[in-house]
Amino acid sequence: MPKVKVDGVELEVPAGATVLQACELAGKEIPRFCYHERLSIAGNCRMCLVEVKPGPPKPQASCALPASEGQEIRTDSEMVKKAREGVMEFLLINHPLDCPICDQGGECDLQDQSVAYGRGGSRYHEHKRAVTEKYMGPLIKTTMTRCIHCTRCVRFSEEIAGVDEIGALYRGETMQISTYLEKAAKHELSANVIDLCPVGALTSKPYAFEARPWELKKTLSIDVSDAIGANIRLDSRGREVLRILPRVNDDVNEEWLADRGRFMVDGLTRRRLDRPWLRRDGKLVAATWAEAFAAVASINPGPSVAVVAGDLVDCETMFAAKSLASALGSSLLEGRQTGMAYTTSSLAAVAFNSTLAGIEDADAILIVGSQVRNEAPLLNPRLRKAVKRGAKVFVIGPVWDTTFPATFLGDDAVTLANLPAEVADAFGAANKPAIIIGGAGLAKGALEAGLGFAARFNLVRDGWNGFNVLHMAAARMGGLMLGYAQPGGLADLVAAKPKMVISLGADEVDWTKFADSMIVHIGHHGDKAAHAADVILPAAAFSEKDGTYVNTEGRVQFAERAVFAPGEAREDWTIMRALADAFGVNVGFDSFEQLRAAMIAAVPALGVEGLADYGALPTAPASADCTGTIAYPIADPYLTNAIGRASPTLQRCSSELLHGELQAEAAE
Amino acid sequence: MADRHPEPDSPALRARWGSFAWTPENATKAKEIIARYPAGRQRSAVMPLLDLAQRQVGAEENTQGWLPLPVMEYVAAQLDMPIIRVLEVATFYTMYNIAPIGRFHVQVCGTTPCMLRGSDDILASCKAKGMKKGHTTADGLFTLTEVECMGNCSSAPMVQINDDNYEDLTAERIEHILDELAAGRQPKTGTQEPGRHTVEPVGGPTSLTAMVSENHDYRGEW
Repeated sequence: MPKVKVDGVELEVPAGATVLQACELAGKEIPRFCYHERLSIAGNCRMCLVEVKPGPPKPQASCALPASEGQEIRTDSEMVKKAREGVMEFLLINHPLDCPICDQGGECDLQDQSVAYGRGGSRYHEHKRAVTEKYMGPLIKTTMTRCIHCTRCVRFSEEIAGVDEIGALYRGETMQISTYLEKAAKHELSANVIDLCPVGALTSKPYAFEARPWELKKTLSIDVSDAIGANIRLDSRGREVLRILPRVNDDVNEEWLADRGRFMVDGLTRRRLDRPWLRRDGKLVAATWAEAFAAVASINPGPSVAVVAGDLVDCETMFAAKSLASALGSSLLEGRQTGMAYTTSSLAAVAFNSTLAGIEDADAILIVGSQVRNEAPLLNPRLRKAVKRGAKVFVIGPVWDTTFPATFLGDDAVTLANLPAEVADAFGAANKPAIIIGGAGLAKGALEAGLGFAARFNLVRDGWNGFNVLHMAAARMGGLMLGYAQPGGLADLVAAKPKMVISLGADEVDWTKFADSMIVHIGHHGDKAAHAADVILPAAAFSEKDGTYVNTEGRVQFAERAVFAPGEAREDWTIMRALADAFGVNVGFDSFEQLRAAMIAAVPALGVEGLADYGALPTAPASADCTGTIAYPIADPYLTNAIGRASPTLQRCSSELLHGELQAEAAE
Repeated sequence: MADRHPEPDSPALRARWGSFAWTPENATKAKEIIARYPAGRQRSAVMPLLDLAQRQVGAEENTQGWLPLPVMEYVAAQLDMPIIRVLEVATFYTMYNIAPIGRFHVQVCGTTPCMLRGSDDILASCKAKGMKKGHTTADGLFTLTEVECMGNCSSAPMVQINDDNYEDLTAERIEHILDELAAGRQPKTGTQEPGRHTVEPVGGPTSLTAMVSENHDYRGEW
């Protein structure tokens, strides 16, 4: 723990800290462009110059200089001020003065820092460098003349994404950032370079010229595109959410966001259900709320009602529907739309117990039936980190393109029961062994066999729980906590032949199985379930309601409403409340606060932000039937949910990046 | 400088170079080069391998050699590294030619010492021979490039042609050298000054004369 002096104030900094970090600990702001906490140190922008004694009598790049005992650091001296002004002047030599037409304007590091640390004018009268645009795919818009060569994007693609898509070609003044032959960046986290870019060189293509940052209302929310529960910020103007940005949460998403979570935003305004619809003579016709409720009430199913929760719904919605069902006398609730029927008697056995941050410490990882890059894009960088620290990774399932060295053990689930010797040896020797069971594994009965694996290799030990289930739906853990699971899965609901099935945005269900039931769809997009529905009650998307979400770790997180639902659509709980009136029953809440209070009273863990406690891992059953060929459920990672399927941006990603279709560009 | 661009990727380029593979001798050499680096660090061999590939391309088409994209991809595949990293190296170093080049790559040094000693005349002579900066002559013989200091300042002005330096040039001398090369003969390399071997002082030493034949302690004379 070296002691250093920053601007005359002595403080102790952690061993291995850099001078820049020491200055930050002392509360000093150090301007920087290339330095980023989560990337390797490049030291090429020179903006972070400070004066350090002892050392050569010149300014030093603080980001790349280790703090050592007895250093005297000055960030406020004349030399430092001059050095910053000089560096800024050099950076601005080739940077165009096009802030008024630049999308980064208002949230640009270069803009801010030139105001704060620049000298106010340029002495450069020669021609500026100009660089041709580089095509980087449908998500990233490039204006490479603005590039200041910080190489953050290059380091991100190499270190975090692990794909080496972006590189710096040529050198010196002619250095250019490009992908190979200007191919589209295909990685599922590729758009994070937009956030990383400190200038306007890489900006969001779908969001181009949409808004200025100061016009936007910022709302804290949770990503619903997968079960990671990435922390996001919804930037909205008027009645429209214009963009989605990640927030920093080291426990969940660090500061990254998957492309599909970021760009499904334009799906929020398309294909929306904005008025009730009724099926008359086999055709859906527009109706009023009163007509819709009358139609629902005319059935009056009594206890013969079932509820299927979709992947995107919040806990409040599910609890409201559960209250409605139990008021009618039914407990037929299910959220696993594709018919999976794994045991849910212990939620500890179906949660990601290592935690997302904890899995980085694992030294042997067995992935059973999960295409992590499609199912949980933000988990993949964590696994990469674990591998970089020496973890061995084995995968049971069809081969996919891991961004780290991994051994594939074939796609038969039975491998989990009779492991090859090398795997058994690796796990026998591991200090922090972990298993990750994905949806495809659960479908083949890997849960029980996984518990057997956990017992055999002692996955739960002091300070470590290596048993993980990786879900794919944002609503899954919340649904399981609220009892949205039948012993036989969806088949139990089919067998009960309910008079009425309420769909809470359940777009992945095979609705032909419920042909004899009245299907009441409470959803926000005209997607698969709406085609099968008899009554459509338009509801709010995740951005249009307050809600509680539980991610695959069992982390309870709250999202807030950014905008109001379009047209006649209403927040889901109000629909449930109105349905209760239509059926003449009492659900026990009249406001959102009462609903949330009732939910917390029923499941106290949902009221506390953070990891829910699911107790100890259950003992493994004596015999486990784990067999069959594993097949990953996600065929198209861009179009996994109703919002994504409605998004033109993600549709284009799917056709161009996944299916290699050429996109005709309009002539300019 | 910004006019350096890789030869565009085209079906014709793929057809011509897509099947590039080492000749047997070069395959042995490549293996030997890769073996110089520790296991897992094979990427370090990218620079010598690119040079080897450039020479092989040169031998195949009787030019100085250059690096078509499929050839870079071949090297990348052999070293198991991302192609973008190979392209970064190839575009960074100017000794890798990333576009087709002539039989002789005439690199005229135009940095201050050479300029003061008359590199402008050298360039003029080259241009008189029909060369144009950054272009190859119509007969495919010469490609002219102006380069920065090549470290031969004491025998300035100089040009580098393929792997050889020609120093102490005058307009006549460079013309003679170019004529010889065009005729298929190998002119004398190194300094062109009669009686000069390398970069020793022309006309005998003018300083430290006492040290020519034996060691001499000057310190007492300061």
